[in-house]
Amino acid sequence: MFLATVVTAYGVTALLEADKARAAVAAFLPMLGMVAPVLLLVLALMILSERFFTPRRVERWLGRDSGPRAWLIAAGAGAIATGPVYPWYALLAELRRKGMQPALVAVLLYARAVKLPLLPLMAHYFGAPFTLVLSGWILAFAWLSGLVMRRFGTRTQTAS
Amino acid sequence: MGEPSASRPPGDRSPTDGPPSWRKSAVRAVRGFANALPIVIGMLLLTSLLTTLVPPGSLERLFGRGEGWDVIVAAVVGSLAAGHPLVGYVLGGELLARGVSLVAVTALLVSWVTVGLVQLPAEAVLLGRRFAIVRNLWCLVFAVMVAYLTVGTLRLVA
Repeated sequence: MFLATVVTAYGVTALLEADKARAAVAAFLPMLGMVAPVLLLVLALMILSERFFTPRRVERWLGRDSGPRAWLIAAGAGAIATGPVYPWYALLAELRRKGMQPALVAVLLYARAVKLPLLPLMAHYFGAPFTLVLSGWILAFAWLSGLVMRRFGTRTQTAS
Repeated sequence: MGEPSASRPPGDRSPTDGPPSWRKSAVRAVRGFANALPIVIGMLLLTSLLTTLVPPGSLERLFGRGEGWDVIVAAVVGSLAAGHPLVGYVLGGELLARGVSLVAVTALLVSWVTVGLVQLPAEAVLLGRRFAIVRNLWCLVFAVMVAYLTVGTLRLVA
């Protein structure tokens, strides 16, 4: 349904401004090439998750009563997670299905903002002090976003 | 250890079962991945369409009417952004050079990578609608808070 909607948007754009539609398709292909390694990585992680992260283990390590270590794991995983976010939604949905608490999903997603591989580039544009301070506050707010979602997460719908 | 929980879905393994075989794990993972793939492809198509229709350079005209306005505009623009974060760094650098405040630029950078209004449909489908909406709304608020705290900390340290 979502993909069909986007394809429809392309169709409308092509009718109104064919050049821009062509340019968008031309921009999509290298983007797909860039995302492909991340997709393979996510697939590999999903296979490992199915093999080793049984619902019981996920519940114990990342569930409601998993303790502070789980929050560190989620923040660390978010900080090193690479590439666009949408492939990671699939893995997180799988972990949620197995019992990962919504708060830790929120922590991981927020901690992704650190963008570890891009830190040298940020330092180049804005300076090392800015980069360090900003990264520190992002990690602090990753923890806060987890607390917020813990408050609201109990009524979260699980994805089908 | 007892009986399987009554709330466990039929066909699901009991807590005492060992992990599945590699083959079963691969089949399940590929099935889950295949469900998500159309959404990922759709997101990539949407991102390339948006970055073509609204080039980042065109956004500079929105800024320059005072820090308060710039911070709000930056947070909103960043939350609607769909390109690589590096594009945000370049745009942020251009805005700084034009005299836009560091607080506003920081809000742009943070909301660019924490708020995903363009990705919201994908997040809602895969992680739940309420979760996606609540999380992104709070991230928008946090982007402004992180911006002021970052610049405030830098001034304190300096």
